[in-house]
Amino acid sequence: MASTALELIQLGAVFFGLGLLGRLAQRIGMSPIPLYLVGGLFFGHGGVVELHIDSFAELAAEIGVVLLLLMLGLEYTAAELVTGLKRSWVAGSIDLVLNALPGALVALMLGWGPVGALVMAGVTYISSSGIIAKILSDLGRMGNRETPVVLAILVLEDLVMALYLPILTAVLGGVSLIAGLTTVGISLLVVSAVLLVAVKFGRVVSAVLYSEDREIFLLKLLGSALLVAGIAAALQVSAAVGAFLLGIAVAGPAAHSATRILEPLRDLFAALFFVAFGLNTDPADIPPVLVYGLILAVVTTGTKVATGWFAGARSGIGRKGRIRAGAALVARGEFSIVIGGLAVSSGAAPPQLAALATTYVLLMAILGPIMARVAEPVADRVTRVKTAPSAA
Amino acid sequence: MNVEVTPLPGIGVRKDFAIRAGKRIGVINHRDGDVELIVSRTDDPDACIASVPLTTDEAATLGNLLGAPQLVAQLTEEHRDVPGIMTKQLPIPEGSPFDGRTLGDTEMRTRTKVSIVAVMRAGQVLPSPGPELTFTAGDLLVCVGTAEGLAAAAKLLQKG
Repeated sequence: MASTALELIQLGAVFFGLGLLGRLAQRIGMSPIPLYLVGGLFFGHGGVVELHIDSFAELAAEIGVVLLLLMLGLEYTAAELVTGLKRSWVAGSIDLVLNALPGALVALMLGWGPVGALVMAGVTYISSSGIIAKILSDLGRMGNRETPVVLAILVLEDLVMALYLPILTAVLGGVSLIAGLTTVGISLLVVSAVLLVAVKFGRVVSAVLYSEDREIFLLKLLGSALLVAGIAAALQVSAAVGAFLLGIAVAGPAAHSATRILEPLRDLFAALFFVAFGLNTDPADIPPVLVYGLILAVVTTGTKVATGWFAGARSGIGRKGRIRAGAALVARGEFSIVIGGLAVSSGAAPPQLAALATTYVLLMAILGPIMARVAEPVADRVTRVKTAPSAA
Repeated sequence: MNVEVTPLPGIGVRKDFAIRAGKRIGVINHRDGDVELIVSRTDDPDACIASVPLTTDEAATLGNLLGAPQLVAQLTEEHRDVPGIMTKQLPIPEGSPFDGRTLGDTEMRTRTKVSIVAVMRAGQVLPSPGPELTFTAGDLLVCVGTAEGLAAAAKLLQKG
């Protein structure tokens, strides 16, 4: 009885604290993710106060990952994914090469081997579609001509995740090369099959899940997501991948109302996931990797801006629009942490990786929105100084 | 008019076109049903000077304001050769006895000799409405008739 009371009090304190942090984040116009991570660092192993909500936090964090990935899948319809692949695969490939390489190189330099390189490549590659969508709507850029370019890149990153996550899970599971290739083959087949089913029969999947009643719909949706995730985990495919593919398969009006219904739940469990990731990161590990985090932040800010610049130019966007597109893409967030979390929980990655991923996401989640705001005025000033040196 | 339709994955659809003043103007239809009015900048056609979120009602009202005069002007133009015939837009005002009743109930044709050629509702035109069409407050009726007939029709819609 007493232990339950203690856990309730601690959990309540954590949620309340997160609420206050979220409010602070809102005040200063930043994403709450870095503050949640800091909150986790503060309360975790080696932090200021050590909390003991492990049993609940562990499951809640796992549910958080499932919901994050389910909603990533829900975000785009299968048709949008297929069109995106056809139209913007060049820009998407450049995005992949430019932004995965720095992470992989730093991991190799730190001696984390090919597994660590694969993990860090994912961490630096994937932009945060959550933070970016918020930036675009906050800054009133939905109607801008470069916005479809930004969204197309996010769509492709989404698709890459569908392939990357099963591969990552297989590699982290320590399978041999042949078994790994088999897993990759299977995941390719499964992803194609899911896309095909979603394009042709998305309505059927949606109709089975959909209900006019919010409560029934929520229960069916959450139930099926956890079922699929659990089965996927039992089959040694990651739970996250299962949820993600289910999200892609649900389409049409069902997907829209699903997003609305799941949002508060996702926010709750994802917040706990970020805290749990922070909890499992030892703050003492951060100083040794801080320099690498800073280098990665600078380099991958540049590579995302370059990606946006190139993709914008291909779509006939002007110079200012290209800068805006690039700067909007800089933010990394929830999915970098998901990738880092998968690696750390598998035990195949060194604990310093969690510290580096935390540092990196802390920097990028803060830097992203700032870059999106200031890139254009700064670029403006630079051009003005260049063209009229006497005026400056 | 060449309206460009651009899908915005995860958000909705952007529909816009270039106007003579050199700007792009259009709307974003969000997936959840919200509408946003967008106007591009002149110095940077990629960016927007305004993006105004509108509720469904507001968008419909704006649509009526922009669309109705045009339709009336067009009909007036067509009837110019017939002396004595006028086109006018008459609202179903709040509290009208015909709010919630059908076009047939008004007996407009019998009582005023006025024809209702179209109904503007929620930014859309319902052409040649039949007697079974049910009115709601806020509908704009595009009516054709004589000056006296139209005056009588306006009174009829207001007071019954």
